[in-house]
Amino acid sequence: MKHASFFWFVLPSSLMMLLFIAFSIVSVVTQSLYQAHDQVIIEVENCGPFGCTTDTSVDAQATAALREAEPLGKWAGLSIYTDRNHLAFTEVGEAWVSSVSMRDFAGSLMNLPFYDAMAFTLTYTAVVTPLTIILGFFIAIGVNAVARAMRGPTIFLSLLPMIVTPIVGALVLFWMVDARGILGAALQWIADDPNFSVKASTPSMWVVLMVYGIWSSAPFAFIVYYAGLQTVNKDTLEAAMIDGATRAQRIRYVVVPHLVPLTTFIALIQLMDNFRVFEPIVSFSAQAHARSLSYAIYTDLGGETRLLSSAAATSVLTIIGVAILLSPVLVRTWRDFGSPR
Amino acid sequence: MKILKNAMLGTAVAALAATGAVACEADGRVSIIGNEFPAIQSVAAAAGECAGIDFSSNLTADHQSLNLPGMTGNPAEYTTAIVANSSIVALMNEDVIRPLDDLIATYGQDIPQRQLITIDGKVMAVAFMANAQHLLYREDVLEQVGADVPTSYEEMLEIAEQIRSEGIMEYPLGGPYAAGWNLAQEFTNMYIGTGGEFFVPGTAEVSINNPQGVEALEMMKALTEYMNPDYLTHDSNGTSAEWEAGNMAMMHMWGSRTGVLMDAEGSEPQVYENTKVSGPLTVGDSGIPATTLWWDGWTVAKNISDEDAAATFIAMAHGSSPAILNDETMSQAVWLIDGFDPAPVNEGVLASVAAGSKPYPMRPFQGLLHTALGDNIADFLQGNESAEQTLADVEAAYTAAAAEKGFLQ
Repeated sequence: MKHASFFWFVLPSSLMMLLFIAFSIVSVVTQSLYQAHDQVIIEVENCGPFGCTTDTSVDAQATAALREAEPLGKWAGLSIYTDRNHLAFTEVGEAWVSSVSMRDFAGSLMNLPFYDAMAFTLTYTAVVTPLTIILGFFIAIGVNAVARAMRGPTIFLSLLPMIVTPIVGALVLFWMVDARGILGAALQWIADDPNFSVKASTPSMWVVLMVYGIWSSAPFAFIVYYAGLQTVNKDTLEAAMIDGATRAQRIRYVVVPHLVPLTTFIALIQLMDNFRVFEPIVSFSAQAHARSLSYAIYTDLGGETRLLSSAAATSVLTIIGVAILLSPVLVRTWRDFGSPR
Repeated sequence: MKILKNAMLGTAVAALAATGAVACEADGRVSIIGNEFPAIQSVAAAAGECAGIDFSSNLTADHQSLNLPGMTGNPAEYTTAIVANSSIVALMNEDVIRPLDDLIATYGQDIPQRQLITIDGKVMAVAFMANAQHLLYREDVLEQVGADVPTSYEEMLEIAEQIRSEGIMEYPLGGPYAAGWNLAQEFTNMYIGTGGEFFVPGTAEVSINNPQGVEALEMMKALTEYMNPDYLTHDSNGTSAEWEAGNMAMMHMWGSRTGVLMDAEGSEPQVYENTKVSGPLTVGDSGIPATTLWWDGWTVAKNISDEDAAATFIAMAHGSSPAILNDETMSQAVWLIDGFDPAPVNEGVLASVAAGSKPYPMRPFQGLLHTALGDNIADFLQGNESAEQTLADVEAAYTAAAAEKGFLQ
């Protein structure tokens, strides 16, 4: 393609990306560097249907003047990033000094909201991403072996978890693992403990969240692999059969090497998605057991007093986290496609 | 969505018109943002029947995320927001609602003093209904173990133990203990009940890491021993469902939900016929009920013309006037309006008011503390850390947030 036509071809999408992605990120980064003005607090008497109380209030006039002068807020630099609700440099430093063992230090670290959220987010990403890829691969192999007439319905069934809205899919599983649900009751019977409840213990809640994550994104890996399977070289497969290769050997030495580039692509998308895990925590009401970075942003914005700068700082940290996580895959892609082979 | 809302209002208006409501006339734009439950729908419907106004309303559970952005512009999209004592502070902090004193002098002489919410001597809202959490109990179960209706959490624990040991119910207690807003609200109730103060008076400095804070947390934990192990996932809806399923004998619950629990829908006669309400419970010996009083009321936006403000005031005053009370609306809430005739479902809230309960604090930074509580208390209830550690975590989380919002310098 000529340079000029290429330019005009990508111009609309570049503009859209600039408008909806780049500008938003600039705005979020800016927001995270500012905090609210110092509020002028006064003592007032509040009266209502239940009598009068002396309480505090914000002096609106005094605060309005401050706002007029600096509409963006007060320059905070990186102080939001380093405060206790984010990277917590001071608290981490103190914990390092006062801890008697690594275990003690890890405990103090997990008590800080950012590191607690990070622990779950990373565990979730590390467990769900590979298992999604493996499960998707086996579904694809399985469906590919099904008789041609049955393939349509099988593909449809395999795609169902992805078709169902995440929040609904998660709710269905949530009710099934309830102590009175079919899975919950089955687990009680297996564990031989009538009081066993998945929702009451942190480890079992983590397992359920991860099972849900694998269940809901396996179809994505499946459909990509299935598409890849259609392009496997038939001649090579037949040659392998003539040479006496078993089905397992054919998969190991012919199919898998063919699908490796696709794995990079699936891993890229899945790492990004899993690092932003959010819906299952809401649907499973799991915030007592598991908090992710996205969930922290949600609570910052969902309270009666919204913490815009705090939410912005967590968003920027999430973007940085995704970038770090993706860097090995991106470097690999760059090497595969960027250099002449 | 607006069309749907207007259609719903239409039916309510028709219901009201049939009872012969007082005429109302104004000239200007009236646009309501508020929560969605029957009492508020009745108020909005009555406001919308005023002649000569350009009326619209957006009643939704997401009102809190819409009211502030919708009132910040000039002119404001919404001319009035229906708020509660916790949510008015977000509007006050951003200075988007106007004092109503002038409008009351001109158009609102007949609004009783008790409905006026004054802050620093200026009327900022007009309340029309009250709400509070109080005890609900199963009369049949209490009779079975021969217990009186409890008045304190200590008695509640004793009765719960009796019910369990007699094998009637494994988990006789319940409550909206879902991690997040609900759990923070339960702590707020309990902490007020121990006589604790949330802040150093006159400042935004939090002070809950004290013996009262520990007492409140330990009572909550003692109660959870008698709750379904999934209690951290049970919000008001989940708890109500458990109650209707007949799985609980006692709980502290919102007055606004008792109507649903005592009607014939959703549960067996044995459950709903034996569901009774009582006043709020106490904890320890402070004598202050472990509950908070709430009001719902309307405000008028600041960034609108004086004509629109007057029209909004007239319409909303009409919407919360004695004229809206009829057979259908009477039991929808504990109305603060003249002419309210309480039904048995309302007795709990009235008992809470009579017992001298404290209102939920109308404080600019209380919401930040509420969020910090909701994020941290579950750690203690699950046995992951000590009460002191949890309270220290709450204080630290609040302090960082309050510094960011400029409350702590």
